[in-house]
Amino acid sequence: MRTFEPLLTVENLSMRFGGLVAVRDLSFAVGCGQITALIGPNGAGKTTVFNCITGFYKPTSGRIALIKRADDVAAALAEATDRPRRYLRKGGQEVYLLERMGDSEITRRAKVARTFQNIRLFQGMTVLENLIVAQHNALNLASGYSLLGLIGAKSFRAAEKRAVDLASYWLDKIGLIHRADDPAGALPYGDQRRLEIVRAMCTEPVLLCLDEPAAGLNPRESAELKALIRSIREETGTSVLLIEHDMSVVMEVSDHVIVLDHGVKISDGTPAQVRDCPKVIAAYLGVEDEEVVEAEAELGQ
Amino acid sequence: MRGNGDRREPAGLKARPGLFAVLKDAALLALLTFGLAFPLIAFNTHQDLTQGLILEPRWGLVATLCAIAFAARLVWGLAGGSIREGAAAAGGGITQLARATGITTDHIRWGGLLILLTYPFLAVAIAGPGGAQKWIDNYGIQILIYVMLGWGLNIVVGLAGLLDLGYVAFYAVGAYSTALLSTTFGFSFWLCLPLAGIFAALWGILLGFPVLRLRGDYLAIVTLAFGEIIRLVLINWVDVTGGAAGIPGIPRPTFFGIPFDATEDGFAAVFGLTFSPLHRLFFLFYLILALALLTNFVITRLRKLPIGRAWEALREDEIACRSLGIDSVTTKLTAFAIGAMVGGFAGAFFAARMSFISPESFVFMESATILAIVVLGGMGSQLGVAIAAVAMTGGAEVLRELGFLKAIFGAHFDPEQYRLLVFGLAMVVMMVWRPRGLISRRAPSIHLREKRGIAADLVKEGHG
Repeated sequence: MRTFEPLLTVENLSMRFGGLVAVRDLSFAVGCGQITALIGPNGAGKTTVFNCITGFYKPTSGRIALIKRADDVAAALAEATDRPRRYLRKGGQEVYLLERMGDSEITRRAKVARTFQNIRLFQGMTVLENLIVAQHNALNLASGYSLLGLIGAKSFRAAEKRAVDLASYWLDKIGLIHRADDPAGALPYGDQRRLEIVRAMCTEPVLLCLDEPAAGLNPRESAELKALIRSIREETGTSVLLIEHDMSVVMEVSDHVIVLDHGVKISDGTPAQVRDCPKVIAAYLGVEDEEVVEAEAELGQ
Repeated sequence: MRGNGDRREPAGLKARPGLFAVLKDAALLALLTFGLAFPLIAFNTHQDLTQGLILEPRWGLVATLCAIAFAARLVWGLAGGSIREGAAAAGGGITQLARATGITTDHIRWGGLLILLTYPFLAVAIAGPGGAQKWIDNYGIQILIYVMLGWGLNIVVGLAGLLDLGYVAFYAVGAYSTALLSTTFGFSFWLCLPLAGIFAALWGILLGFPVLRLRGDYLAIVTLAFGEIIRLVLINWVDVTGGAAGIPGIPRPTFFGIPFDATEDGFAAVFGLTFSPLHRLFFLFYLILALALLTNFVITRLRKLPIGRAWEALREDEIACRSLGIDSVTTKLTAFAIGAMVGGFAGAFFAARMSFISPESFVFMESATILAIVVLGGMGSQLGVAIAAVAMTGGAEVLRELGFLKAIFGAHFDPEQYRLLVFGLAMVVMMVWRPRGLISRRAPSIHLREKRGIAADLVKEGHG
């Protein structure tokens, strides 16, 4: 059924916490330039999958690969896995094995950025500072690891100006440019959510992972969020992976939906396919297994 | 100076307590004072010639203290409201005066710098050549050393939000490196200074590695232990450090090779001046001032560089930092290393200035004083730390000047012994009026249109 170029492939991912299996043998792919939604009831293991992808957890087993460029995906993956290194970069091919990398390295090298369920802005820093901190690695290099910056080199000042321009671009986009010099903690909740998303975008990612971006938003803010996610994909070509409970966001924005329940994938397809899947309905409405069998029989499957 | 953190209670909302309630409150406080004074003050213990314990009752003193507590509470209960209003009005008056005359923190900064640059000359002009020695040495140089130490620790505690209770260890490393290098290999002060900084930075990294995963109380305990370990090594490794006896005869800094002495080749003779011990003090003062200003310049610059912003971001939220690709390990280690390096410079200067060092100078009390300077100044604020260093170090020195109080309290009264009391009082006053330090507003490191301070309640204190 795969009709897209995969950007991220998750294969046989398992995550065990002591005796508890949070994710069991999960495989899915995120398409290049697509918006993919990861949904499921509470406790299904969605955030655990996110934490594995972004390096905050080390998976118990499985392979998570980010394929930036590869002539033959399967061959490149096999070669990358056989080598002891964390990534394969040669002959125009770029494959990163995320399960071997640490959290900050994943953002720095593989260019995967994320947001958090409970907003994690630098509250005591200004809105602009938040977006400049996100460009730390590029700026730190430009400042010659602080040495050029200390003597006030022109090249660093130019780099900082570019960083401010990028931040201004994103602030303009979410309509917060007039609040650039206000502390991030003083913004209303909805603005903080969108600021966190553009802060992640300032790391210039190829894959943006959003953990419940619409949580706690009112309908107007939710609509603004949908527009923002779409425009991120249209204008920068960044692929998006999002966890969401708000079905209107999931159904309207995403190209591809993956449903988890109790750490296992129960459905994978277009929003329409998933919506009609009896297993998904059962998982969400809490129907007994026998009834699912009956329902499936009735639907003639 | 915009916005003060005073919490003013709206007038008229709280009913005035009745006379009886005030009396009862005051009586309770007097009782509490008695409870405290009874075990601590009521009996003065000393030994007689036969080594026997003599208890000398001092009920009069206890009664006086209780009466003072009663009277003070009574006055506060009856007139506290007006006192508070008066204080608030005075505070508002200062703010208004500052606004009317256009005085800002910039003026304080530049004014302070001007005073610092002319300070030794002012001291000589006011106190005369004989009296100025004390003012330059005990006040000027001593305070500037603590300003520098405060700024160094401010990087670790104020900016990166990592609570370090063993900062004095780096001061000791700097001092002992200078002492050992100069007495063993005959290195000059100017060579020892950078080496001391480098050694201290290495020790900073060495301490940084094991504590990377620790937070809060655990970090504080390990850093505290580190400070004690260094001190105990200095005491016990007698072959190298001389143990508790310390290292004497550390060569004093020279003026580009010209020593400050009364000989033919001395500073005074070379420049055709009459010899005076003030020359060396002037030189030491400007040397530590230059070191402190250099430290200030570097830290102010670093705050506006990616590394400085990463420190502050780390204090705000470490997980978010890691999600943005900031390596928290290197960020923490640079904070430890640069903070330690500043401490090392200060230590090198201290060793050369005193020409004798011993582990006595590097006790936990020093770490506590430096930390108190940082906290009192307002974590992260350079100016606040400088003001707090003046208040804390200068305040302790001022106590020495209060010898005339012996006329009132008797010949046994030693004002220096009340140093810790003043220290504690300053902390209590600060907790009540300025819980986030003298300068608690955070100045943003970059701005798009307008630079505005950030209120302290939004800024995190760090996770340890």
